[in-house]
Amino acid sequence: MSDRILGSTCLVLALLYIYFALQTPVGFVSDPMGPKAFPVGIGVVLAIGAVYTLLKPDPEPVWPRLGRFGEIVFAVVVMVAYTYALPEFGFVVSTSVAAGLLSWRLGAGPLAAAVAGIGIAVAIFVIFRLVLGLSLAVGPWGF
Amino acid sequence: MDILSNLADGFAVALTWQNLGLALIGCFLGTIMGALPGLGPSNGVAILIPLAFTLGLPATPALILLTSVYYGAMYGGRISSILLNIPGDEPALMTTLDGYPMTKKGQAGEALALSGVASFVGAFFATWGLVFLAPLLVNVALLFGPAEYFALFTLAFATLGGIAARNQAKALIAAALGLGVAMIGVDHQTGVPRLTFGNIHFYDGIHFLIAIVGLFAISEVLLFLEHQKGEAPEAGQTKLGRITAPFSMLAKTAATMARSTVIGFVSGVLPGAGASLGSFVSYTIEKRLKDKDKTFGTGDPRGVAAPEAGNNAAAGGALVPMLALGVPGSGTTAVLLAMLMALNITPGPLLFTQQPEVVWGLIAALFIGNIMLLLLNVPMVSIFVRVLQVPTKYLMPAVAMISFVGIYGLSGSTFDLLVMIVFGVAGYLLRKLDVPLVPVILGILLGNEMEKNLRRALTISDGDLSILWGSPIAIGIWILAILGFIAPLLFGRFVRRKRAEVKAAP
Repeated sequence: MSDRILGSTCLVLALLYIYFALQTPVGFVSDPMGPKAFPVGIGVVLAIGAVYTLLKPDPEPVWPRLGRFGEIVFAVVVMVAYTYALPEFGFVVSTSVAAGLLSWRLGAGPLAAAVAGIGIAVAIFVIFRLVLGLSLAVGPWGF
Repeated sequence: MDILSNLADGFAVALTWQNLGLALIGCFLGTIMGALPGLGPSNGVAILIPLAFTLGLPATPALILLTSVYYGAMYGGRISSILLNIPGDEPALMTTLDGYPMTKKGQAGEALALSGVASFVGAFFATWGLVFLAPLLVNVALLFGPAEYFALFTLAFATLGGIAARNQAKALIAAALGLGVAMIGVDHQTGVPRLTFGNIHFYDGIHFLIAIVGLFAISEVLLFLEHQKGEAPEAGQTKLGRITAPFSMLAKTAATMARSTVIGFVSGVLPGAGASLGSFVSYTIEKRLKDKDKTFGTGDPRGVAAPEAGNNAAAGGALVPMLALGVPGSGTTAVLLAMLMALNITPGPLLFTQQPEVVWGLIAALFIGNIMLLLLNVPMVSIFVRVLQVPTKYLMPAVAMISFVGIYGLSGSTFDLLVMIVFGVAGYLLRKLDVPLVPVILGILLGNEMEKNLRRALTISDGDLSILWGSPIAIGIWILAILGFIAPLLFGRFVRRKRAEVKAAP
């Protein structure tokens, strides 16, 4: 079933891709092949792979149970929230919270996770910002 | 000897205190990354590239740092194979077969020392192979025109898809997805925006580093969340004993190491094969040749030496096509190619003629790194064993955060971070569905070059397609590409069944 979904998704993707590639505006000056042909070719290759997968799917992979799947969704939400938090709250605070949450969901106790989060954030800040001089996100408090 | 004087110049470049220090750091980090299960060489190098890049290291030192990580990871993979029966990375899978039984027999120290020496022998002689073979390949590559390059890129995809993938159709999907991503952005030849959906962020295209870090590192974190086992594997109780290999054991395995080095190097040079195949073929052949008393699989030292010499030799061999042709032969070399491109270095024949100091400095650094790795890995292996005990519940968040730091450092744009997360989720789904990631990476990396060469060829011939197979070299490459894609369908099943048996056995 998973492979059939993969196949049909890729097939739709391939058709959309070819459609959008054909929309590329072409100016007066162009080489013989032009900017459309190669992307269209890629779309065709994708479609071939997709049709084959659709017709001859592999055995079903082992998907995690629903609860575990929730963990993955949660982690993605944390990471997305983290990117939005970076400019608002600065690197150290955002990273402490994000790393702490991830560590908690990977099985650390709440207190240990909080300590780990702060530890990871401060360690990265010290190594990369103070020692190596990398630019990190700067929040309202300057760290 | 032209080559030897070049190499001497390379040593002059590499032997500065800064470069030696970077090599040492790289070897150390690489060994750790190789040793930690789940954080293989591709991941390790992928996370470090944006960092090396944003730190503003010049080309040669950055290359030295990251290739040391690459070689180091090849050394490190064996540690958890031998002690825990968990391969630290994929090439180290074969080492579990005889390495772990040796640990159970109380010979963990001997196994670690022996495999360290075997790794050194494999990598050291493979680096010599690189020294002599790469310039030869460069001479051939200088004859290549755009049509030949287009064929060569196709060959890389065909063999990678053929050998590395379990399902050719999925390899096709993977390559097309990668190439498709590469097309996004302003067309280099006519200047029109393609597939950008009017979003200004996409006009420059999607930076390959963002895609690579997302696909490898972020998806790895997601994969770990599937199992709530954030504890470190139990390694504490294994008694290491003395970490030296008796001379008799080294003497007994010398021939094994020699054979495996040659086999590993050859499998590394072949595009698409890489270190996993090197260690697999070395072990299988050694077993075929020498297993008269049925001792393989029960802790035979030769069964430890063969795959370790093989995979390290293959790691060196895989650098040959990457440096000489600009076409990587494996996942990790694809990531190394990404690093070169990030540093604005285009590998290929021109690199050898225009920037010889980069190539030869790098090769010299490989020799230096090897010696450092031998010194690090034999007497100091217990340090790395302790690193294995860092629980993943603290390790994986750190990996994720360092990935974010690296990508944020590239451009300071949070949009890039979101794109990276999208690639992370996509990478997770593709991995679950058994779609190989390496062709995706290769597509993103080579897509624009591939199209450029095709269009150049057709501009030369004014649209006549027959130029693509217009020279004997091009025809030869096309035949190889077709064979590379189809041959695994025939006898690849055998290799895969064997591998499946190996994976199922422990």
